[in-house]
Amino acid sequence: MNLFLKLLFRNRLAAMGAVVLGAILLLVLLTPFLPLQDPDVTATADRFKRPFTEGHLLGTDHLGRDLLSRLLHGTRLSLAIGIAAALIAATIGSAIGIIAGYFGGRTDNIIMRGVDMLMAFPYILLALAIVAALGPGLMNALIAVAAVNVPFFARNIRGITVGLAGREFIDAARLAGMGHGRIILTELLPNVLPVIVIAMSTTVGWMILETAGLSFLGLGSQPPQADLGSMLGEARSAMISHPHTSIVPGTMIFLIVMSINLLGDGVRDALDPRLRSGALSRPRATTLVERQGEIPEETDDLLAIKELETQFHVGNRIYRAVGGVSLAVKAGECLGVIGESGSGKSVTALSVMGLVASPPGVITGGAVRFQGEDLIGARYETLRQKRGDRVAYIFQDPLSTLHPLYRVGQQLAEAIQSHHKVSNAEARARAIRLLQDVRIPNAEARVDNYPHEMSGGMRQRVGIAMALANEPDVIIADEPTTALDVTVQAQILSLLDDLRRDRGLAIIFITHDFGVVAQLCDRVAVMYAGRIVEEGPTQAVLKAPAHPYTKRLIACVPELGGGRRALAAIPGLPPVVDNLPEGCAFAPRCDKAQENCRAGDVTLKGTAPRAVRCLYPEVAV
Amino acid sequence: MGGYIIKRLISAIPVLLGITIIVFLIMSLIPGDPATAILGSYATPENVEKLNRDLGLDKPMVQRYVIWLGNMLTGDLGRSFSLNRPVLDEILERFNATMILAGTAFVLCALLGILAGVVSAARQYGLGDKAITFVVLVGISVPSFFLGMMMILLFAVNLRWLPVSGMYAIYGGGDLPDLLKHLIMPALALAAVATGVIARLSRSAMLEVLRQDYIRTARAKGVPERRVIMGHALRAAMVSIIPVLGIQAGFVLSGAVYIEIVFQWPGVGRMLVDAILKRDLLLVQGGVVFVAACYVLFNIAVDVAQSLLDPRIKT
Amino acid sequence: MPALKVTNLAKTFPLKKPIFGPAPPGVRAVRPMSFEVATGETLGVVGESGCGKSTLARMLVGLLEPSEGSIEIEGRALDNADPAEFGKLIQYVFQDPQSSLNPRKTICQVMEAPLRRLYRMQKPERDKRISEIFASVNLREEFLDRYPHEFSGGQAQRIGIARALAANPRIIILDEPVSALDVSVQAQVLNLLADLKAQFGLTYLFITHDLAVVEAVSDRIIVLYFGAVVEIGRAENIFANPRHPYTRLLADSAPVVGKPLTAPEQKGSELPDPLNPPPGCAFAGRCPRATEICRADEPKLTEMGEDQLAACHHPLEG
Repeated sequence: MNLFLKLLFRNRLAAMGAVVLGAILLLVLLTPFLPLQDPDVTATADRFKRPFTEGHLLGTDHLGRDLLSRLLHGTRLSLAIGIAAALIAATIGSAIGIIAGYFGGRTDNIIMRGVDMLMAFPYILLALAIVAALGPGLMNALIAVAAVNVPFFARNIRGITVGLAGREFIDAARLAGMGHGRIILTELLPNVLPVIVIAMSTTVGWMILETAGLSFLGLGSQPPQADLGSMLGEARSAMISHPHTSIVPGTMIFLIVMSINLLGDGVRDALDPRLRSGALSRPRATTLVERQGEIPEETDDLLAIKELETQFHVGNRIYRAVGGVSLAVKAGECLGVIGESGSGKSVTALSVMGLVASPPGVITGGAVRFQGEDLIGARYETLRQKRGDRVAYIFQDPLSTLHPLYRVGQQLAEAIQSHHKVSNAEARARAIRLLQDVRIPNAEARVDNYPHEMSGGMRQRVGIAMALANEPDVIIADEPTTALDVTVQAQILSLLDDLRRDRGLAIIFITHDFGVVAQLCDRVAVMYAGRIVEEGPTQAVLKAPAHPYTKRLIACVPELGGGRRALAAIPGLPPVVDNLPEGCAFAPRCDKAQENCRAGDVTLKGTAPRAVRCLYPEVAV
Repeated sequence: MGGYIIKRLISAIPVLLGITIIVFLIMSLIPGDPATAILGSYATPENVEKLNRDLGLDKPMVQRYVIWLGNMLTGDLGRSFSLNRPVLDEILERFNATMILAGTAFVLCALLGILAGVVSAARQYGLGDKAITFVVLVGISVPSFFLGMMMILLFAVNLRWLPVSGMYAIYGGGDLPDLLKHLIMPALALAAVATGVIARLSRSAMLEVLRQDYIRTARAKGVPERRVIMGHALRAAMVSIIPVLGIQAGFVLSGAVYIEIVFQWPGVGRMLVDAILKRDLLLVQGGVVFVAACYVLFNIAVDVAQSLLDPRIKT
Repeated sequence: MPALKVTNLAKTFPLKKPIFGPAPPGVRAVRPMSFEVATGETLGVVGESGCGKSTLARMLVGLLEPSEGSIEIEGRALDNADPAEFGKLIQYVFQDPQSSLNPRKTICQVMEAPLRRLYRMQKPERDKRISEIFASVNLREEFLDRYPHEFSGGQAQRIGIARALAANPRIIILDEPVSALDVSVQAQVLNLLADLKAQFGLTYLFITHDLAVVEAVSDRIIVLYFGAVVEIGRAENIFANPRHPYTRLLADSAPVVGKPLTAPEQKGSELPDPLNPPPGCAFAGRCPRATEICRADEPKLTEMGEDQLAACHHPLEG
């Protein structure tokens, strides 16, 4: 709760809304105790007094009634009716939504059909019909507005509930012996409640507007009682001659609704965990670069990553995802980068072409040199011309990385046409050839498929074809087979291997799987907590790992053919990269660690091609 | 595609029936003797007798519904007692005016809203984004009827740029420029709220889409940023924007009621409010069913547009 | 008496009936299958996406009603009227440990639910039981007041296992319990599961897509393909000497250090369309040994060698 308030008031607009709304609420609560004139006493002699006249701070209306008094009483009424309508609509609508969403099936079907019917009306028609039947009057307007908003809540809450009801903790509750009623009340409701609050805070302003609207039309509050809407309605005929009688209630409605909307947005932002973490920020076209320190010299490698540092800045925290990584590949070489989740392997890969989402990503140091040219901090257009043309990517999940609304042929053609001026027909022909190159059967027909019409393996072949489209020099493959079944993985890997041998491609292959590295890569670099802890030729590293982490990680991996057995494990967890220990990051989990492991920085050293970042390596390299 | 349209039209039949049932049920909420209640102040003996005959009001509810539905299908929505003419004639005459107003406002709010949302998202936290966010916030907070009144004060009364109200000038009007001059203020006042809602939604839809993996893919293959935003991102965002356009069309139609009152626009909305105040319930009933049916058809068009955009929807 | 006996268990998901024409036959997620799990045994269930392994698991714990067939636990047939009856005999450990814990409940509340609902225990009794269980899964009791998001994947999975143990079941269904975890943590959880089994005399059904893991933890293994059992055999034998070509394909596809990279022989990689399943053997389209009979007749599961059964017209040599 404290966190919620803190987040809410950090948002200055929301705080402003809260202050205005608070002031209005306070005024309205105090209204009966203020020395105000009776709002309904007419004095025709004093009609249409201008604001700031003696005894009438805001002037008088067409019957000589004090506008200030009428305004405060009207505001009181409008707020009460609007909030009551919101509460009623939220309660009934949410109950309907939760029941429909939780039980699903036929119950859901029948309820949602009814809701759809109600939503098939433009909302005011329904409200008008209800008021027409029940007769004009404030209570009837309240019923109408509440009734009209029930379907909105029901549909909204149902959507959320369906998502939650499919979650595994609901199944777990059922297995723990809970009944439906208890699951709804103790498992679902606490999770749905924030959404209900958000929905209410963003719609209560609307409902105040709607009730005011009905009163404005003369269908809500009846004279002499007045809410803000009917004050405005009554003032309309004198609008041109005495505008202040309209402006006063109109401005009040505006202030109320505006402050509620500001506050509501603040509540939504504070309650929505995704907004809270700033996840709804738009990633920029390239990663932000704030390089400190010297820029490393160029080398003669095809692609060289030098002392790369990439961080994530979230709030006050700094996550050092990549802390000084150097890697290089030559033409025709396959370099494996292996590590567990959070080791920084993917961020390293994405940093090369400035594809780390930013915010929150920032490249804070080092260089990436492609044929000697530094890509970090290069102009956007320079980078864009290299992306996909000289250095191409293959990503993990082929379903989410292909655009769902474009045919695969269009997506392939676009990759070509972003770099080369070719006609559409020519691009399509090339797309078909590319699909054939990655051994997609029946490529002429498949080129017109949408991604969702293909299997996972086929989609990943399209992903590979897209990477090959401009015959790049380097391909960076970020866990390209992790989302695939093992039989499909084998085919994709052998395809990649053939392609690189035929075309002399350099591949940087990011993975967590030693088996894959062993089969595909010439060299391997092992990452832990954002740094390389060991590198060398694959066979050498696998046969005689030098870093204790590498050795123990290899021991953890069960291999087929070993039969039933106990597995080796590494106790503890990898460190979180916003709070790295001093010295070797692996020291807390390492059984060989000594005092000096936890002290100064440990450097990566050894005789080429091998290197290890350890003071007490398993074997000397 | 043709098949899909037919399928959607067929599936609209139960919805249309549902609408008539809901309206019929609401109208039967009226307390007391139905004929007298429906006729209200027009309850002369001969009117009561006529209505009883037309609607079979002495019969049970289901039968009454069937008779009413049957009449409606043959185009007989009953007779308005306050205007003393068939309900359908009156509606058809006024529907044109509402369509001109609401249609213009809808096109305005869709174009402006999406444009503002896209610009806002592409320049997140920039000056343009902040300015748009502020204007949008004001737009969705000000009651359209109040906005309309203020526009009249400013542009018609003080500046004298535009006519105060009505659809055509009383003397010498009637041509297109005259209509447009009368249309500007009400259409803008009507579009304001919906523009704000669509702009906010487009902004958040764009932000959501821009975080997706396939946008990263597009960037990774070197697609120019302008095309990433206006092509890849906007196209995907439209999938969630289009349904909201359908909902907002309903809000525009609803707002038209207020705007027609404020600007003396001779449309269906004003007719409905007048009819309620005069307790001419047959006119209300007919008007509600007619407009709701049009809205259902419009939403089918929205669904068809959605299926053209998104190949994952089974057609 | 086997701990778990499944007879002709099957699940068909009905399809929506179109406005015109008869209802389509539905998607057969699990075809009728029968197997037994002996008390104290670990039965591995392995298969790729779409093979029906999760549907099978959900039926076994009563979260999904079978279309046909029966489930017997220690000789007693289960009817699915009361999930609490299932809960005391058979429990489930979920694939995604975070998603299986209610984000708005403390670990203590999560742990108490089965004790209260299934065993109606009083507060002191519950506390005692929870600390016993926490001790056996190596979790500190100070975790009890925390919320799920404060835990790493491995810790959350231990909590999931602890919750399953709290119900004091005879059998635990482990549905991909380590596939969301990193290798170094995966081994911790697998070893813990082995210890618990010995300590409490449990029976496991271990579902996974990872051949090496399933081989390391199981006594016997069932291989599923397209909703049907294609092979059953002893863990040490089944991948070394597969009889069904699909089992062989799986074994050959698993990346192993020191094995050269070659795509194993197969004709395609597509699963049959579940809306329009082919007659005969579902694997025929991908099988290098398929002949006419494979495309016409569905092969039956038949005994092939010691403790090994396969459903194939042209089995591999043993």
